[in-house]
Amino acid sequence: MIEWVSYFIVALMIISAIFAVEWKDLLAAVVGMAAVSLFASIAFFFLQAPDVAMTEAAIGAAMSAAVFIFAIKRTQRYESEEEGTGWWVRW
Amino acid sequence: MVKRALAIITLLLIGFWLAKGLVGVPFGEDKMLVGEYYLENVKEQTGAVNAVTAVVVNYRGFDTLGEVTVLFIASTGVGALLWRRKKERSAKSEGSVVLTAGAKMLLPFIMLFGAYIFVHGHLTPGGGFPGGATVATAFLMLYLAFKEYEIDHKVFEPLEGLAGVGYVTVGLIGLAIGGYFLFDWIWQTWQFGHENIGRLFSAGFIPIIYTLIGIKVGTELTGIVDNMIKEEPKGGGQ
Repeated sequence: MIEWVSYFIVALMIISAIFAVEWKDLLAAVVGMAAVSLFASIAFFFLQAPDVAMTEAAIGAAMSAAVFIFAIKRTQRYESEEEGTGWWVRW
Repeated sequence: MVKRALAIITLLLIGFWLAKGLVGVPFGEDKMLVGEYYLENVKEQTGAVNAVTAVVVNYRGFDTLGEVTVLFIASTGVGALLWRRKKERSAKSEGSVVLTAGAKMLLPFIMLFGAYIFVHGHLTPGGGFPGGATVATAFLMLYLAFKEYEIDHKVFEPLEGLAGVGYVTVGLIGLAIGGYFLFDWIWQTWQFGHENIGRLFSAGFIPIIYTLIGIKVGTELTGIVDNMIKEEPKGGGQ
């Protein structure tokens, strides 16, 4: 039973990681990143590391998401594919 | 598209290679060498019930000092990068009444819980870093809920420096008394709290250092938030 719950959490973590890099809306990507942090925190808790789980939740879910959102607010919200970006971005 | 496929194939190869290496490592088995020593001796040698904080602050104190230094450099770097002569909050709309009232009511609870986490680092999970981050989250909430809120820089930056200096001072006192940096003088030399293991006043200098780290991390992350949320006033700058 508990095994299947941990499979489920790891699967959700992988899915949210893929979405976090795939979404072109950076605000949505931040949400994906925060979801990865949340599932990582739950996974640490399942592996019986409460210290790491607390730190991951406090830093990953709250502080880094807030810092990313501030950065987006002062730059731009959508990933642009115009000139100025090199071949390493365009694919 | 080709580059994407190539990248995925490369990643799959790297993943396969790592998985092949990890197959030989059994999961959850007792393979501890140093860990055994920590678990057996942690109570007598450091007085902490939480073995993780004992390792992080006491046995491997240098790493924690390095982490604190990294965080300090990150905060200083953000401050240097976003430095302007005159910076103001650029928020245009006040939060709704529910938000501001809720923030006012939640604030003491979040502060208290953050302080609880870093004071009880040697007894319960947590410690300086999550506690400090929780305190910083409370300030983040204030920044987000109120249009004109701003921390008192005359208090915050000196407090951050003082907490860091306090950590090094505790280590240097250990150097003077015990012969090496970060020697736990309260536990080993004074033997303060030896009959008290598992209660608040035990574990030598771990609660002191974690309180200092909590203050430092809290003020540092708040400073980063403050730097990132403020902008140059539009028109009539400088």
